[in-house]
Amino acid sequence: MKLEDFELGGTHLKSSDFKQGKVLTTEWEPNLKYAWDNGVAIGRYLAELKAGRIIARICHKCDRIMLPPRMFCELCFRPTDEWMYVKDTGVINTFSIAKVNWDASRRGPKEPPLLPAVIEIDGASEGMGIMHMLGEVNPKDLKIGMKVKAVWKKPEDRTGSITDILYFKPVTAKRKTKTKAAPKAGGKR
Amino acid sequence: MGMRKVAIVGAGITKFVRRAQETGKELSWQASKMALESCDLTLDDIDMVTLGTAPDAFDGVHMKGEYLADGAGGIGKPYMRHFVGGGTGVFSPIHGWFHVASGMADICLVVAEEKMSTCHPHPAGAFLTIFDHTTEQPLMPTLIWIFALEMNRYMQTYGISKADIAQVSVKNKRNAMDHPSAQVAEKITVEDVLNSETLCWPVNRLDISPASDGAAAIVLASERVARRLTDKPVWIDGIGHSIDTAYWATRDLAYPRYVETAARMAYDMAGIKEPDKEIHIAEPYDPFDYKELHHMEGLMLCPRGKAAQLTADGVTARDGNMPICPSGGALGVGNPIAATGLMKIIEIFLQLRGEAGKRQVPGDPRCGLAQAGVDLMQMGTVVVMRS
Repeated sequence: MKLEDFELGGTHLKSSDFKQGKVLTTEWEPNLKYAWDNGVAIGRYLAELKAGRIIARICHKCDRIMLPPRMFCELCFRPTDEWMYVKDTGVINTFSIAKVNWDASRRGPKEPPLLPAVIEIDGASEGMGIMHMLGEVNPKDLKIGMKVKAVWKKPEDRTGSITDILYFKPVTAKRKTKTKAAPKAGGKR
Repeated sequence: MGMRKVAIVGAGITKFVRRAQETGKELSWQASKMALESCDLTLDDIDMVTLGTAPDAFDGVHMKGEYLADGAGGIGKPYMRHFVGGGTGVFSPIHGWFHVASGMADICLVVAEEKMSTCHPHPAGAFLTIFDHTTEQPLMPTLIWIFALEMNRYMQTYGISKADIAQVSVKNKRNAMDHPSAQVAEKITVEDVLNSETLCWPVNRLDISPASDGAAAIVLASERVARRLTDKPVWIDGIGHSIDTAYWATRDLAYPRYVETAARMAYDMAGIKEPDKEIHIAEPYDPFDYKELHHMEGLMLCPRGKAAQLTADGVTARDGNMPICPSGGALGVGNPIAATGLMKIIEIFLQLRGEAGKRQVPGDPRCGLAQAGVDLMQMGTVVVMRS
């Protein structure tokens, strides 16, 4: 058989087909709301974030100090053993300079780019990173391997969320640069 | 391992388009009908049906498998939907293989469908909920972030530039010009990729495959039946699938171990010891251009960090020593997620039969591979095929 010998299905629609009313569509805008229970491990993690601390969980069998914390070790498949506070500093494992919001809409010309990163947290096992944002840094100065530190919301503003950390900022800037506060992530859902 | 041999004997596919007039059900029907006709079968000959399709959120249809069953020829038959995220399309033949290799079915129709355009304003929004709802979603990530983060880490680890990576997009979009299903086939240059809109540095628009609608289907048969149906069966000699943890930020982003684990399973089964020599042609998953390189390395088709050099040297071109994505891949043909994986299986099927037309690679390839995967950089699906 050759694909070229068949008349393939699939009819490409253009935006003009809709504008000219050549095709009809039916629309639905769902209004669904979810309340996700945080669970045992992440529940404590969030409570500690509210208190301005990052907490991990240790598995004594594989000796990993795990972030985010979990009540069971997915590798050893046994309960984890104890809680351990780790630092609120770390190293940039990787980063991006994002001009796109969650729904693929573009950031406006006056909106600064979002700076998502994977940050390996000091005190956790090597390579144990979390996704978070970077701030107070000129994107051009960002480098993998940079030391960073969490910038927390004021205690009274914290809600027990990963966003109680506003962003991570570089701790040893090599030179003074014009810095901007990190933009608020995302936008409305 | 006490299993029966399984062959691919027929294939069908639709065009891949940004927005199809047809419903998912209609696209599935078009691909399924073509697959049956290609090997002179009717639905009455089919014992079992499997269907692959990615998140329900694209379609806004819960129980999407059941909804699509009519188009996939599943009515009144043993029928089941499978879904392993981005790996779905290459898992589709694996799911069908289970049915035939086990002896439960002699002939199995395998269908993969995706209609992403239903989700507005852009299907990218549906990906928000793949991230952890408590520790990641409040940061409002978009799917491109995770690829951008991985690409940056990959570039840094091996000293690879954006221009090195852009060559993949150039090659695949050009290869796709010879594929009748292609959505975004074009002649472009590395400069075009680098000058296209920066979405999430280091990712530019032309580094990414498009959102697409489309469907594909194949017919699997047991050895006895396959030899009756065709002179040119293509054997599924190795299958592999493997998942890594959803704690994606805790692992080495420079190397896709999830692919290596799946590949080792498939290679063991197919008796492949030196994949770089024994695999003649491959269709790794290329939703982003760097991902083709990343996946070639996870498939052990070349040493870590060396896939870009092979691309620059022309080794992965259609007329190179190891053609990679001769179809045009997701970057050129389009990326209706589940259907993309099965499109890759179909390309290897046609190439091994010498029926790929203008896309045919020289040198009479006898052994090929298709791979899909990803999700939160965790799912690997691999199929090894021989003529």
